[in-house]
Amino acid sequence: MTDTGTTTPDTTERRSPLDAVHRAAGASFTDFAGWQMPVRYSSDLAEHHAVRTHAGIFDLSHMGEIILLGPGSAAALDHALAGRLSAIEIGQAKYSLLLDEQGGIIDDLVVYRTGEDRYMVVANAANREVVAQELVARAEGFDTFVSDESDDIALIALQGPDARAVLEETPGFGLDDGPSNDAEQFDAQLGALKYYRAFPATFEGEPVLVARTGYTGEDGFELYLAPDRAARLWEALTETGGPRVVPCGLASRDTLRLEAGMPLYGHELSRDILPAQAGLGRVVALTKEGDFVGRAAVEAGPAADAPVLVGLAAEGRRAPRADYEVYDGEGADATRVGVVTSGALSPTLGHPVAMAFVAPDAAEVGRELFVDVRGTRVAASVVPLPFYKRPA
Amino acid sequence: MTDLTALQYTEEHEWVRVDGETVTIGITDYAAEKLGDVVYVDLPKPGTQITSGNVVGEIESTKSVGELFAPVDGEVVEANQAVIDAPELVNSDPFGEGWLIKVTAPSLPKLLTRDEYQALTGE
Repeated sequence: MTDTGTTTPDTTERRSPLDAVHRAAGASFTDFAGWQMPVRYSSDLAEHHAVRTHAGIFDLSHMGEIILLGPGSAAALDHALAGRLSAIEIGQAKYSLLLDEQGGIIDDLVVYRTGEDRYMVVANAANREVVAQELVARAEGFDTFVSDESDDIALIALQGPDARAVLEETPGFGLDDGPSNDAEQFDAQLGALKYYRAFPATFEGEPVLVARTGYTGEDGFELYLAPDRAARLWEALTETGGPRVVPCGLASRDTLRLEAGMPLYGHELSRDILPAQAGLGRVVALTKEGDFVGRAAVEAGPAADAPVLVGLAAEGRRAPRADYEVYDGEGADATRVGVVTSGALSPTLGHPVAMAFVAPDAAEVGRELFVDVRGTRVAASVVPLPFYKRPA
Repeated sequence: MTDLTALQYTEEHEWVRVDGETVTIGITDYAAEKLGDVVYVDLPKPGTQITSGNVVGEIESTKSVGELFAPVDGEVVEANQAVIDAPELVNSDPFGEGWLIKVTAPSLPKLLTRDEYQALTGE
């Protein structure tokens, strides 16, 4: 970038509506897609374990929310995205992909159908603008109105085995269409809420969308609401939860999603990757009627020798990390077969885990590969994803 | 309680305690906090000759890898086995039980005072 001296450089950092809450809690911050977000409050390991054993609370207000409203919304999304969004019911959510014409992944998304004619598309913070632009462009000719409402929607995630109990115990929840303090009816709806479903509720009289979704591999909820209500809800959940609810930063979010085998945009997913390479072929509804962006490329499929995403498990404590190279042997004559996209010493499992793109002939489960960890070849076996599955 | 003004510091966020020709080396609380929870340390073995400014070890957290730069020229006489076994000591007691290596160093380069180091970190 050239500084011409004529304009003030844009140093604006975006801050969450919960910024003051995080600062009061002593959080350390990191820049994430231009946002100052908590990376940890005290210990990322403690935060990770809290989500696996009790519950953690995350501020995800940096994520993008794009609303489609109008009778053509379902058809517009069928054209714009890889999945068949017209097939989901009101109150249902679906994981989907925004593809480019070459089948590359522009972003991965969670799409909620919040009404017959209304959808909410949740995008990664870094991709919010491009997703909004693409949806506007692709919705042209459909009877729908696309609006980026990210600045008007905050997001709090409560994740972990105690999440449901804490939500039930927290005072102030009611139903959207009932008396605002009908906690019993709220609890009944919450209890009946299936995974990847959402229902409109109220918190202290103001609307909140309660979704049973998440990015940690645990049971949990994501709560969408107005930014000026977010601090109140955060305080209510942490006060009610007491020691069961630990504020969690992005560091623990990353190790949690990695253990759960969930891809992260910019690591496992990019425009250079076709869905099938990342194990996301099932997300693309090739049988749906009509054309959608990326269909031809996805139907043609990746090249036979295109790398595919695998899980790697190693012994010891030295973790393969993003961009480390993967070889088929230990010696200097070994062939490079791939590259790590994410890796960490798994806090839950106690050994290193990683995701990597490797050549298809090196991808079978059980295959022993070697990761170059800063000059040392560390043995790692191809294992099925996810690394961690919560106890049933 | 460690007297932090009695230690010397480097721009690479190490601290150095001088006791005759024996120098104890660790990383500062600032560095430990920036790294996050330390889960693995790789330290030079006793007998290793180290040269000021060279990378002689690694400190890994769940999120990232920090390099340990030799702050002095000398020979490693001890690596802290307690930290190798329990790397979280780097976070819980960076200036005490979380020390990393002891080195014999006949002379010291110019290092930072506590005040100079704090000016560097802005804390």
